[in-house]
Amino acid sequence: MTYHSTGVTGAVEAPTGDNYLNHSRGIWSWMTTLDHKRIGVMYLFTVLLFFLVGGFFAMGIRLELMKLGKEVLDANTYNRFFTYHGAIMVFLVIIPAVPAALGNFILPILLGAKDVAFPRLNLASYYIFLVGATFAVAALFLRGADTGWTFYTPYSIRTNTTVILVLFGAFIAGFSSILTGLNFIVTTHKLRAPGLTWDRLPLFCWAVYATSIIQVLATPVLAITLLLLCMERILHIGIFDPALGGDPVLFQHFFWFYSHPAVYIMILPAMGIISEVIPVFSRKPIFGYKAIAYSSFGIALIAFVVWGHHMFVSGQSELANFVFSLLTMFVAVPTGVKVFSWVGTMYKGSIHYYAPMLYALGFLELFTIGGLTGVFLATLAIDVHLTGTYFVVAHFHYVMVGGTLMGLMAGLHYWFPKMTGKMYSEKSAARAFWLIIIGFNLTFFPQFILGAQGMPRRYWSYLPEFTFLNRVSSVGSWFIGLGFIYAAIYFYKAMKNGKKAGANPWGGLTLEWQTSSPPPFENFHETPVVKAWPYEYRPENITMPVNQG
Amino acid sequence: MFNQAYASSTLPLQGSDIAVQWDSLYSFVLWLSIFFFVLVVGAMLYYMVKYRHIPGRKTEYFRDNHLLEGIFIGVPTALLMIIFVWGYSVYHSMKQAPSDAYEVRVIGKQWLWTFQYDNGRTTVGEVFVPMNRPVKLVMTSEDVLHGFFIPNFRIKQDVVPGMYTSIWFTATVPGKHQAYCTEYCGTSHSGMLAKVVVLDDDQWEAWNNNKKLGNIPEAGLLTSTDKISTSAASPMAPVFSLVEQGRVIHESKGCVACHTVDGTVKVGPSHKGMYGSKVELTNGKFVVADENFIRNHIENPKSETLKGYSQVMPTFKGLITEVEMNALIAYMKSLK
Repeated sequence: MTYHSTGVTGAVEAPTGDNYLNHSRGIWSWMTTLDHKRIGVMYLFTVLLFFLVGGFFAMGIRLELMKLGKEVLDANTYNRFFTYHGAIMVFLVIIPAVPAALGNFILPILLGAKDVAFPRLNLASYYIFLVGATFAVAALFLRGADTGWTFYTPYSIRTNTTVILVLFGAFIAGFSSILTGLNFIVTTHKLRAPGLTWDRLPLFCWAVYATSIIQVLATPVLAITLLLLCMERILHIGIFDPALGGDPVLFQHFFWFYSHPAVYIMILPAMGIISEVIPVFSRKPIFGYKAIAYSSFGIALIAFVVWGHHMFVSGQSELANFVFSLLTMFVAVPTGVKVFSWVGTMYKGSIHYYAPMLYALGFLELFTIGGLTGVFLATLAIDVHLTGTYFVVAHFHYVMVGGTLMGLMAGLHYWFPKMTGKMYSEKSAARAFWLIIIGFNLTFFPQFILGAQGMPRRYWSYLPEFTFLNRVSSVGSWFIGLGFIYAAIYFYKAMKNGKKAGANPWGGLTLEWQTSSPPPFENFHETPVVKAWPYEYRPENITMPVNQG
Repeated sequence: MFNQAYASSTLPLQGSDIAVQWDSLYSFVLWLSIFFFVLVVGAMLYYMVKYRHIPGRKTEYFRDNHLLEGIFIGVPTALLMIIFVWGYSVYHSMKQAPSDAYEVRVIGKQWLWTFQYDNGRTTVGEVFVPMNRPVKLVMTSEDVLHGFFIPNFRIKQDVVPGMYTSIWFTATVPGKHQAYCTEYCGTSHSGMLAKVVVLDDDQWEAWNNNKKLGNIPEAGLLTSTDKISTSAASPMAPVFSLVEQGRVIHESKGCVACHTVDGTVKVGPSHKGMYGSKVELTNGKFVVADENFIRNHIENPKSETLKGYSQVMPTFKGLITEVEMNALIAYMKSLK
C-alpha cells in the first residue's frame, strides 16, 4: 500500500516476511552485525541495563536520606552511591540513550537510507562504548570512586579511590560518542532518499544532526581533560592541584567546556522525539517547523559559550561572570520557541492520548519547570544563593529526567511497534506513566524548596528542619521505581506475545512508517522517493489507523 | 518561637542587607516563572480537553505564523534582559566590599572551619562578627575545594586552595546563623558546618574585651534574656594581635634578611607601603599587590619578578602554614 497523501512511494509490506530480526540467526550474527537497527537494539539493551544500575544507586541515595544520620549507608558509601549514580546515568545512560540507541535505529530509516554511512565504524563505536563502560563499572568492584560525577580537583587527585578507572572508562566511552556523531553527520549529508531535501527533513533528524556536531566538537575536550587528570594522578605533574603548582579552577573550565554542551547532547535528541510525536498524535502539522529546526542549531551554538555559568562562585572574575550570565540567558530563547511551538501544534488538532503522547505531554510539563528554573540559575545574584544546593539537583533532574527520559520513553513507546513488530498494552503503559510522572514531581519538586532554604547537595546527612521534605522526596522515588519496573514488565510481555503491529499503527507520515514492522534487512523493499513535507496532516486525512493491543 | 517571616516563607530568614535585595529579585523571577508555567501548561491542558479526538471533527491545517513566532522570540528576550541586568546589579553589590569592612580570615580544611581575627584570636566552627557593620571574609583552603555558604545572608563563595577568595555582608539580625560547606570535599562534607555569630554592640564590645558571652540564640529565635557575663576572661584570650604575630613570622622566617619594613631597599623591595600599591613587573605589567599577589610571591617567587630586582628569592611553599600566611599578610598590610 502506498501513502500518496504523504508523497512517499514504495511498497510497505514485505513480500517474503523477511525482517531484520529473522534475517540471520544466532548470538554471533548479532555480535558481528553491521545492521544499524541491530546495533541500535544492542545499545538500547545496554543502556537500559545501566539505567537499572544507576536507578539502584538513586534508590539507595533516597533511602539513606529518609532520616538524619545513618539510615542504610555510611557517609563513605553514600558518597560512592551518588558518584556512581551521576556518572552512570550521565555517561552510560542519558548521553547514549537517544542518539546512540534510538538514533541508530531510526535515523537511517527516517532518511530513507539502507544503513549509516560507516556500518563497521558503527559497530566499533558500540564495542568502544562497552569497553569504556566495563572500565567504569570495574571500579565499583575495586575501591570505587567518591568524587561526584564532576571529578573536581584537587579532591579527585587526592582521594584514594579508583577514580582513574572511572576516568579512563569515560575517556574511552567518549570516543564512541565522537565516532557515532561523525557517522550520523555523514549519513545525514550523503544518504538521504531521493527527494528528501533539507527542508523536508524530519525534526528528529535535525535534532540528532545538531547533537552530532556537539559530540564531535566537544567530546575531545573531555578526553584531553580526563587524560590530564590521569597524568596528574599517576605521574604527579602539576596541572590542577595547587600543591603541585596547578590550578583547580582550570579543571572546572575544561570540564564544563565539555559537560555543558553535553547537557545539550542529552536534551536535543529528546526534543527531536517530542517534535515527531506531537504532530502525529495531534493530527496536525508541526507548528513552526523552521523555527524548531533552527532553534536546535541555536542551542547547539550557544552551548559552547556558556560553560562558565557552572562557576559563578568558583572564584572566576566578575567580568567573566557578567559575560557568561548574559550568554546563558539566550539559551532560554530558542528553548522557549520550541516549547511554544509544541503547544501551538496541539491548537485545533485532534489529540489522541496514546502512551507516546502522554510522555510528550509529561515532557512539556516537566521541561517547562526545568527550563524556567534554569533562568533562576542563569541570573547571577540568584545563582550565588542557589548553586550547590538541592535547587540545582531539582533543576537538572527536571531537565534530564523530565526532559531526556520522558523523551526517551515517548520515543520508546512510539517506535516500539516498529522495532519489534508488536504492540504493547496501552492500558499498562498509561498506568506506568502516571506512576512515573506523579512520583517524579513528588521526588523532585520538594528539592526546589529544600535548595531555596539552603540545604546543600551531596550531603549525607542534613539539619532536622529538612526532614519532612526529604521524606516526601524519598517516598516519591519509590513511585518512579515502581513505574519503571512496571514498564519493563509490560514491554517484556509485549515482546513475547504482543499483538502484531501493522506497518503504520499511528498513522505517521515519516518514512519509518512506510515500511513493514519490523523493517526488512535493508529497511525498505524499494528505495523510497519523497515528494512532500513529513508533517502533511491535512484535515481530510485525520483518521488514525489504530492497531491497539 | 519562630520569626513569622521564617516560618511562612520557603526562603531562609533575611539576615543581611543583600538578603532583602535578593528576595525581591527572586520573587520577581518566581512570579514571572509561575506566569509562564500557567501560560504554557495551562494552554496545554486546555487544548488537551478542547481538542481531544472526537470522531468526525476536522482539524485545521496551518504550518506557521511569523508574527506569533516573532513574539515567541521577542517577549522572552526582553524579559530575560531585564532579569539579567537586575541579577547583575545585585551580584555587583555582593562583590564590592566597602574598604572599611571588618576582616576575618577563614581557613577551610577537611572537615572544619578556622577563623582568624585582627586581635589575634582564632576560633573553630564559630565566627564572631559585629551587627550592622560590613564584614569581609578572606578565605582559603588547606587541602581541597570547600564552599562557604550562609543561607540567611544569601551569599556563597568557593574556598580554593592556593588562593584567596572573599565574600562580604552586613548582618542585620543578631544571633547564630547557620553556615555550610557547599563544595563537595569528601567523607564528612555534610558535617563541615559552622555558625556565624552576629553580635550586637554590647556583645561585640565584650567579645573584643575578652569577656565571656552569655548564651547566644539561633538567629530568628526570640532573644535570650541571658546577660553578658563580664566576670571571667575568655579562655581564648589572645596573647598577640594578628599583626604582631605577623611581625614575629616576618623575622623568624628570615624575610627581614632581604626586605626592610622602613622603606630602604636591600636585596628585595621594602615591604613598607607595598600592600595595595601598584607594582611594576619585569614584563612591564602593573599589578596591585593584594593578598593573592603576596601569597603567590611567597610560594612561587619565580612566576613574577618586580622590575629592578633580580630573581633570587627561594620558594617558601610548604614552610609557611595558612595560619602564618594570614598573619604575615596582615602584618604587611599594617606597614603603611
